[in-house]
Amino acid sequence: MRRLAPLAIAAVCLFGPLAFIEARTWLTLTIAGLAMGMLVFLVAAGLTLIFGLMDVLNFAHGAVFSWGAYVGFSVVALVNRRWGWVDSPSLSQNALAVLLAIAAAMVVALGLGIALERVIVRPVYGRHMFQILITLGATIVLEELIRIGWGPNDQVMPVPLALQGSWDLADVIVLRVPVLAIGMGLLVYAGIQLVLARTRVGLIVRAGVENREMVQVMGHDIHRYFTGVFAAGSALAALGGLMWAVFRQSVSPAMGGEQLIFAFVVVIIGGLGSVTGSLLGALLVGLSYNYVAFLVPKAAIGVTMALMVVVLLARPAGLLGAGK
Amino acid sequence: MSEPLLEVEDVHTWIGQHHILQGVSLRTRPGAVTVLLGRNGAGKTTTLRTIVGLLHAARGAVRFEGRPIHRLPAYEVVRLGIGYVPEGQGIFATLSVDENLRVAMRREDAASRERLTAMRALFPDLARFAGRPAGTLSGGQKQMLAIARAFVNDNRLLLIDEPSKGLAPIVVEQLVVALRTVKRQTTVLLVEQNFAMAAALGDDFYLIDGGRTVHQGPMETLVRDQALKKRYLGV
Repeated sequence: MRRLAPLAIAAVCLFGPLAFIEARTWLTLTIAGLAMGMLVFLVAAGLTLIFGLMDVLNFAHGAVFSWGAYVGFSVVALVNRRWGWVDSPSLSQNALAVLLAIAAAMVVALGLGIALERVIVRPVYGRHMFQILITLGATIVLEELIRIGWGPNDQVMPVPLALQGSWDLADVIVLRVPVLAIGMGLLVYAGIQLVLARTRVGLIVRAGVENREMVQVMGHDIHRYFTGVFAAGSALAALGGLMWAVFRQSVSPAMGGEQLIFAFVVVIIGGLGSVTGSLLGALLVGLSYNYVAFLVPKAAIGVTMALMVVVLLARPAGLLGAGK
Repeated sequence: MSEPLLEVEDVHTWIGQHHILQGVSLRTRPGAVTVLLGRNGAGKTTTLRTIVGLLHAARGAVRFEGRPIHRLPAYEVVRLGIGYVPEGQGIFATLSVDENLRVAMRREDAASRERLTAMRALFPDLARFAGRPAGTLSGGQKQMLAIARAFVNDNRLLLIDEPSKGLAPIVVEQLVVALRTVKRQTTVLLVEQNFAMAAALGDDFYLIDGGRTVHQGPMETLVRDQALKKRYLGV
């Protein structure tokens, strides 16, 4: 029964709106909602492991998201200026531009994550107030660096030709970017699950999420694993940032801050430390946001918070939280 | 006395503002079971946590095979060959029984897998419930799992904190049998409130009171000394 509860909630949220929305519109909104959910999931997945494993509140995660978007933006703009890969009708050149941008964004974020963990987070283990203050401070610094490097204004993200436009499936308009986002989210989720379930590193990380001290007295240097998780989480945030920039076709220095709020809500809804919980939470948030934005536009942000309140009242540890 | 495997010398440990250990000294003879006794709050658990490196001594020294270890982080201390079974077992409830054993292996090599097979033979329930989440085991099975985890590595010293706590008397009897098997292979430092169990397993004893070691000797002398037992243990 307890296992079925999250699925039941998900089903109600997914199909409930059909009572008020015409089916084709519902399908369009659902795809947009799933895409938004998957992008938020990319940010939340790192956040939930960082919090679950080491009890660290990392507010700098949003700034890494923005950095990912900007690094990707620069790479895409560069290869387009040099070789015209973005505006080219060739699918392989389009794909290569996107892959290069993803690789660059993730590599930069890996480095950024390692530096943040070593320099800023390590001295404040176990002290939440300090973690909030210092990671918020890091956010300000990282955002200002973006303003210095790339300028303070929003910029248009060049989107490869192959990703522009939509498919028309039996009169349902399906945008290409959201489909890509959904696919990428599923791929990342499968990748994380595979690493956590099948590898020794994943086993030790799962054990650490449950009891960090015990993992140490089994001879594992938890800090080394944590640096790795922090860096990987940062890389995922950067991927989310880049995908978000493609989705919205723009980048802005403060873009990460808005997403961070969604991501924290999702982590809390899903249960701290649970990757599957984060995926469920992100999809719930993405779907309900899109349905409500269509039906009652002014209530769109509010519904996310309402969702969190309802979930926490029913399950204080979140949908799949260990409740530690 | 032969060269001690573990030597704790006048250790002082603080937890936050509290001066918990105020001079604990003890030595474990190789191959013997040394029992640490004392009332609740005397500092027994803090002593074990200081030895294993989860807490750090502000004063004094801890030596393992003659080597100072009190400045090492916990993961380096245990790699020297020390197993730690904490109070409440420290089982990973969401991991399966098998995964609990694999996390405990410092290296997943042939020797570790061989020891794992031996542990499964000693505790058949661990083999029977290998795929189950460890959180679903009974209290006694969890304690067996905790001990087995300490034995999948090549440990020369085992620190066990109150293994009988919360277990039914019949399960405690099984535990004594299991620990008797185990003590043939390694040196043990055991914290135990259950005096019957302590007496059944112990070779040497140390009494801790108010964060200090106050008495020591062979277990038989404590078993006979009613006054000492009454004064420090209320037995």
